[in-house]
Amino acid sequence: MQRHLISAADLTRDDAVQILDTAEEMARVADRPIKKLPTLRGRTIVNLFFEDSTRTRISFEAAEKRLSADVINFSAKGSSVSKGESLKDTAQTLEAMGVDAVVIRHGASGAPYRLANSGWIDAVVINAGDGTHQHPTQALLDAFTMRRRLVGRDAGIGQDLAGKRITLVGDVLHSRVARSNVDLLHTLGAEVTLVAPPTLVPVGVDTWPCVVSYDLDAVLPKSDAVMMLRVQRERMNAAFFPTEREYSRRYGLDGERMAKMPEHAIVMHPGPMVRGMEITAEVADSERCTVVEQVANGVSIRMAVLYLLLGGNQPAVTHTRIEEK
Amino acid sequence: MDTQASDARPVLEGPDIARVLTRIAHEIVERAKGADDVVLLGIPTRGVFLARRLATKLEEITERKIPVGSLDITMYRDDLRMHPPRALARTEIPGDGLDGRLVVLVDDVLFSGRTIRAALDALGDIGRPRAVQLAVLVDRGHRELPIRADYVGKNLPTSLRETVKVQLTEEDGRDTVLLGVKPTQ
Repeated sequence: MQRHLISAADLTRDDAVQILDTAEEMARVADRPIKKLPTLRGRTIVNLFFEDSTRTRISFEAAEKRLSADVINFSAKGSSVSKGESLKDTAQTLEAMGVDAVVIRHGASGAPYRLANSGWIDAVVINAGDGTHQHPTQALLDAFTMRRRLVGRDAGIGQDLAGKRITLVGDVLHSRVARSNVDLLHTLGAEVTLVAPPTLVPVGVDTWPCVVSYDLDAVLPKSDAVMMLRVQRERMNAAFFPTEREYSRRYGLDGERMAKMPEHAIVMHPGPMVRGMEITAEVADSERCTVVEQVANGVSIRMAVLYLLLGGNQPAVTHTRIEEK
Repeated sequence: MDTQASDARPVLEGPDIARVLTRIAHEIVERAKGADDVVLLGIPTRGVFLARRLATKLEEITERKIPVGSLDITMYRDDLRMHPPRALARTEIPGDGLDGRLVVLVDDVLFSGRTIRAALDALGDIGRPRAVQLAVLVDRGHRELPIRADYVGKNLPTSLRETVKVQLTEEDGRDTVLLGVKPTQ
């Protein structure tokens, strides 16, 4: 049995639903006068961030603290990594300190997998985003947000997203959020459509369990949720589209386009938003946009994942899709 | 579980359980002098159904609405690290909260007392009741902590080799308390 959360593709439907159900109970802790549970008392968790992140790191930290874990924050800037220390040496240093779990964000795709499977450390590894590969907790919090809005908070317990039509728009090529979401949403029974300029669609997308379209206006009326992806300028060395204006005209979401969506449909964004680029301020500030909700849900989802992986003597989440080592 | 249920003999049947709950409801009214500030909190799973039934009886007696909720103690258990993580149940605190109220915890079986210890810890994070009392359908003894019940449906002296299983219509399709013998391994 796997003890780590590396990829959204490793989760079975039942695992994913269990995480969402657990998160629903965790969310209620936020309404209490004392927003803290004693569950992970005495466990040490390191947030190992080799890449910049605000919301994911803070979200993990809040989740860890709400479960009473001891939290150590590590960012590559100002650490031995900038002096040339390897991932292996960093990992072994943490192991020597008796760490129970490592939450890792790394610019290189596959770094969390390497950390989990190399035998360097004994701790549980949770992927908080690696290169252009995966960001499983983001996909889980997105699915959680969709289930709450499209199925209902209480009605959603035990349910997946069967038959829901989800559209992901924008920079799919550089987006680990898109990869994780396609994997997880497919597992949960949703129908996923990717909309992007041809230059931002990755090679091999035909093997993904989703449909690709280049025409946003045709897809919008048939979507229950539309997720706008950030255009990742920092990962674009070459130009992938002629001008930003052309991009936002064809693939950006403005008020006029939003009006074409069904009335119940929601607009999502993993953040950080680039207003005026993929999303206009009018849409970002509208009732239908769940950006702030997604941040709150992120804490609940991360509490659920931490509880299910660290709360007992063995993880509750089974990863049947990966071969046992 | 099913093989064990077949050897198990019922010690309380449906009508007994109803009578016992009526008696407990009257005791609560008597001890709380009218049950003005009573809040019933059931411990999932079966404690919640018992709490709801008690609330109905209390409402009949006092002709007043009795707040009833549920308190999941999973995250406060002291044996979390001895098992895989358990699924969480719902904690539902009635709208007016618990501050200054008389909270009556309701559970099906009182055994080691560890569940109630966890429940007291959980309560401390949610509010500050005026007092906390405990009502159980069955007290089977073998306490491992200094905890006792204020209202007991039935005292059932048992040996540690025996099992006590409460079944309620809401969850199991029938009302009964079964006393069985642990299968020897």
